Amino acid sequence: MRKIRTPYLLLLPGFAFLFTFFILPIINLAQTSTQTSIAGGDTGQYEQTLRFANYFDAFIENKEQFGRSFLYATLATVLALAIAYPLAYAIAFKSGKYKNVLLVLVVAPFFTSFLLRTIAWKQILGEEGFVVPTLRTFGIISESTTLTSTSFAVVMGMTYNFLPFMTLPLFASIDRIDPRTLEASGDLYANGITTFRKVTLPLSMPGVVAGTLLTFIPAAGDYVNAAILGSPNTKMLGNVIESRYFKVVDYPTAAALSFTLMAAILILVTLYIRKAGTEELV
Amino acid sequence: MTTNNSHEDAQSIFKDIVSTKISRRGVFAGIGGLGAAALLASCGSDGGSGSAAGGEALRWGNWPLYLDFDEDTKKYPTLEAFIKQTGIETKYFEDYNDNDEFFGKVQAQLKLKKDIGYDVVTPTDWMAARWIRLGYTQKFDGGNIPNASNILDTLASPSFDPKREQTLPWQGIMSGFGWNVEKNPKGIRTLEDLFAPQNKGKIVVLSELRDTIGVILLAQGVDVTKVTEDQYMNAVDFMAKKISDGWIRGVKGNEYAEDLTSGDATAVIGWSGDMFILASENEGKFDFAIPESGGTISSDNFVIPYTVGADAKANAEKLINYYYDPAVAAEVAAYVNYVCPVKGAQAEMEKIDPDLAASEYIFPTEKTMAKLNVFRALTTEEETSWTEAFQKAAGN
Repeated sequence: MRKIRTPYLLLLPGFAFLFTFFILPIINLAQTSTQTSIAGGDTGQYEQTLRFANYFDAFIENKEQFGRSFLYATLATVLALAIAYPLAYAIAFKSGKYKNVLLVLVVAPFFTSFLLRTIAWKQILGEEGFVVPTLRTFGIISESTTLTSTSFAVVMGMTYNFLPFMTLPLFASIDRIDPRTLEASGDLYANGITTFRKVTLPLSMPGVVAGTLLTFIPAAGDYVNAAILGSPNTKMLGNVIESRYFKVVDYPTAAALSFTLMAAILILVTLYIRKAGTEELV
Repeated sequence: MTTNNSHEDAQSIFKDIVSTKISRRGVFAGIGGLGAAALLASCGSDGGSGSAAGGEALRWGNWPLYLDFDEDTKKYPTLEAFIKQTGIETKYFEDYNDNDEFFGKVQAQLKLKKDIGYDVVTPTDWMAARWIRLGYTQKFDGGNIPNASNILDTLASPSFDPKREQTLPWQGIMSGFGWNVEKNPKGIRTLEDLFAPQNKGKIVVLSELRDTIGVILLAQGVDVTKVTEDQYMNAVDFMAKKISDGWIRGVKGNEYAEDLTSGDATAVIGWSGDMFILASENEGKFDFAIPESGGTISSDNFVIPYTVGADAKANAEKLINYYYDPAVAAEVAAYVNYVCPVKGAQAEMEKIDPDLAASEYIFPTEKTMAKLNVFRALTTEEETSWTEAFQKAAGN
């Protein structure tokens, strides 16, 4: 008996934590999502009426921001993958004794606040940064074009902010690849491209799957980048939830939107993992 | 959550970083509108420690950088003087960052009539109105606040508290047009000036609907003290159109000041205090004016939550009375640069800084005052549906 009980006891702290800080809030959120305002009640006063149409209304009213959230998150994930893969590869195979230093540099942005880093991007892309004047000098953008308050800025901010989440899992799985497998591939007359396609990439797939998930999921729910770097025309679902919760004090709609977003992410991620294969995650 | 000490440490470190004078609405430049972020930052609001027991302590929650502060001693001179004078140990918290966020933070406790960690706070008019409506405030004991009679006439009888029985303004805030002088050499006095071709895509308006829509309504000839729903929605549609047509680049709480300095914005609907500081720190690069058709004025108000006990309430009233002393009010105004709500402070300001005493930003003349309007109080249904319409227009 004792042997059977031990693992459950070990699970207890984790379960208690998740129950208090995940399950209970989720139940509360679910309850809120079907409430309606009390007739004659004041701001923020709602009662349970099991109105499931809240979900439908919330989705229809904000489908634009929904679409934008997933579009921006996808773009940011693809961009982050394109940047992080060569970076992780270089750190794993080509950095020699500087490997640890480079890894620290990848993590270094975490030493400053997420908000400050995003605000820094506002300055980098702003009128007085070096990017805008340079691009104007070369005639790449016109005098009247600005980079801040655009979807470009939002996607760039997201790509940058989530880059370490992409890089680290990629590095972990590329670093684990035995260099002899690459040599063997060369011995069998495969050129660089073929070796990458047939050996490196398949072996690093766990990192790709983990990295894209770690980037896509928070990116789809992000609202900081859109709030700081975007304009009213680039708002994402996170911004709507924030506004509904704090400004309009419309808790049911905010809750319904949160659930819809969670469900949408869950479905997309499930499809993705099905396609990529769960064993890759291990 | 953080302890008191670390809270104060954090405040003083923060002050070191922000060594230049920044108005309270400018301090969260860049982070503005991010309620949750502010929530995270302010999680050490001392909510857990017992309420002000024994009549000794007083806890005052106010907006950041909204009280005279001495960089050298890291102390608030007027508040120190109050503590010395009365012996009331006052703890000052600069963690009222945003009306909505603060309401979200304390609402649950207020509903249950549990201590919220503050004995006096300073919400903006419309939020103070909401507190009154919900019964979350207490009436002042007039005998403790004789100086209340010093209140400016313009601010003396708002619709949400006509006799000023449970609120008193801390500072007044004017809204109007702010602009970059280089790009708008002739200045901005009308909506047409604001939406001039050189400002296309570089206009930022305030996320406070009463200020932005108020200014638009006034330009459309509507009296904001009596605005109807149709008139309001019409003005919101006007703003939405300007956003979708690419004229307005942002609807922001406070980052507009940063956008002006960085050149990303050339014209704004903004607040007087911010514009005063921008103008003085950038050697005349920016200017501010109340629109010809009129601007709005609002205030942040002292409010004593109904959760506060009798002793702490009396202390809070003494504090309010102290700040309605013209000499003290002048000292505060010299630092914060918002509209001083206390009569007689202008004469006192002459002694501190004659230039400031002549400043229209702090002591608007009768002529300016006549152009300022207080947005009418909204009913609960209006507050929800009008906010919703405004937020939707702003892309949320």
